[in-house]
Amino acid sequence: MMETFYEVMRRKGISRRSFLKYCSLTATSLGLAPSFVPQIAHAMETKPRTPVLWLHGLECTCCTESFIRSAHPLAKDVVLSMISLDYDDTLMAAAGYQAEAVIEEIMEKYKGNYILAVEGNPPLNEDGMFCIQSGRPFVEKLKHVASGAKAVIAWGSCASWGCVQAAKPNPTKATPIDKVITDKPIIKVPGCPPIAEVMTGVITYMLTFERMPELDRQGRPKMFYSQRIHDKCYRRPHFDAGQFVEVWDEESARRGYCLYKMGCKGPTTYNACSTVQWNEGTSFPIKAGHGCIGCSEDGFWDKGSFYDRITTIHPFGVESNADQIGGTAAAVVGAVVAAHAAISVAKRSIDKSRERSTTANH
Amino acid sequence: MTTASRADAPVGDALAVAQAPSIKSVYVFEAPVRVWHWINALAITVLALTGYFIGKPLPTMPGEASDHFLMGYIRFAHFTAGYILAIGLLGRIYWAIVGNYHARELFWLPVTNLAYWREVFRMLLWYLFIAARPNQYVGHNPMGRFMMFTMYLLVVIFMICTGFALYGEGAQAGSWANRLFGWVIPLFGSSQDVHSWHRLGMWVMVSFVMLHIYAAIRDDIMSRQSMVSTMISGRRTFKD
Repeated sequence: MMETFYEVMRRKGISRRSFLKYCSLTATSLGLAPSFVPQIAHAMETKPRTPVLWLHGLECTCCTESFIRSAHPLAKDVVLSMISLDYDDTLMAAAGYQAEAVIEEIMEKYKGNYILAVEGNPPLNEDGMFCIQSGRPFVEKLKHVASGAKAVIAWGSCASWGCVQAAKPNPTKATPIDKVITDKPIIKVPGCPPIAEVMTGVITYMLTFERMPELDRQGRPKMFYSQRIHDKCYRRPHFDAGQFVEVWDEESARRGYCLYKMGCKGPTTYNACSTVQWNEGTSFPIKAGHGCIGCSEDGFWDKGSFYDRITTIHPFGVESNADQIGGTAAAVVGAVVAAHAAISVAKRSIDKSRERSTTANH
Repeated sequence: MTTASRADAPVGDALAVAQAPSIKSVYVFEAPVRVWHWINALAITVLALTGYFIGKPLPTMPGEASDHFLMGYIRFAHFTAGYILAIGLLGRIYWAIVGNYHARELFWLPVTNLAYWREVFRMLLWYLFIAARPNQYVGHNPMGRFMMFTMYLLVVIFMICTGFALYGEGAQAGSWANRLFGWVIPLFGSSQDVHSWHRLGMWVMVSFVMLHIYAAIRDDIMSRQSMVSTMISGRRTFKD
């Protein structure tokens, strides 16, 4: 029952050579020194696989779609074998009662030792009726499974922040995981979807070192989310030089200038796209000529246009950007100052002429 | 006095000066406050201008990227002026502690003092052309003080917190700015929100500057108390 990762991999026909290659690759992608490679290999040879229960709430399954495309072909196979993915209603063969029974079995057998991965989030309005699974609201299932988990991974922007279903006015009251599960360590892996290698990297780290990766203030693993897209963007020299794409489909766009003026959210988005990239490191949005839309940021749907640099804020219930609100306020103040100055001048000249006429009368 | 007699007199216009009506003056703003004021004014001007163009950059530059560093220089000027503003405020806080009474006026409001609010109301009547004369005040006039506290001090603290939070993003995790002000980002939700609010703060500051300069010049002319020169010489003169 308690197979090690290495045994599973060998059983699946992966050679030892490929296995060691995988270990080196993992060490590299985690930014570790070569001396860590034997440690990773050792861990995978000796450690029993950690069961993972993967739940799906309100979501679009793009996290799973990304995950199964984990770049290195070996990684894809290995990661699916590495963890003992005992429940994932999208990927598992079992269905119905049989599938649901697995949850209870794992929860009992590995109490306090399994990882709960959540894709999507629970809607809380109408007692959670907007997302029903196996006959009951998803929020109940989530709380139930989380109760015995060692840690919770919140996959994607849905589980981390709420994403599109939590965009204003959020009719179903879709709520991110950390607002529902408050007594377990939660790792947020935001993105819509997150990068495949980021997902597998987080899991590999947790299995290898048997601890949570170091998290930032917002609960994201520092190794992938400590820098903005902008900090490592290959178009950054154009930004610093002041060379911008002004409109789509003209010379500056063809030259690959900075997309800042086109509303690129790279300067405000924490993710690994500009380093890890997508689809086996093929490309990422900016490389393809489109600005970043900031999909791994909290509430990115509610910030107005993807194509504006200065975006909507919602102070005092007004939906406008800072320049519209502030510029209008400043213009009003300017007009008041001008009017006041005009009245002051008029009043002063009236007072003066009155003074003069009083003096003349004397 | 004629030009000829002026040229003859070795003592200059001493006679005219001696015959002029005397005016009273009170020493208000000590040198560090005045120096701070003007450095600060310059810093805010640079910050608002460069900040505007950071959010809405100038038209694109031609040629190779290595030919230019326009955005880099604009941002450098912004960050430098930001440091000057923040360090200046710290120095100003120090002077509020060791300086005279008027050096402290900026940092607190006597909100529970009814007499203070009566004076604010009195100044409001003056600005609404209802009162013929303003009362005489040695330091800030009560309404001016209210504006200084709410529209300057609070706004500038807000701008320093949000500004260094954003600066800490570029300086990255582990930098002093990120350690000290990084908490601001999640407080607002996301980096983009902090950018938006920081920009809104700029417009509030622009509004304040307009009101501040206008009120200073107008009162200098109309209130028969010195305003503008007080921030240069430190003395408030009362013309009657």
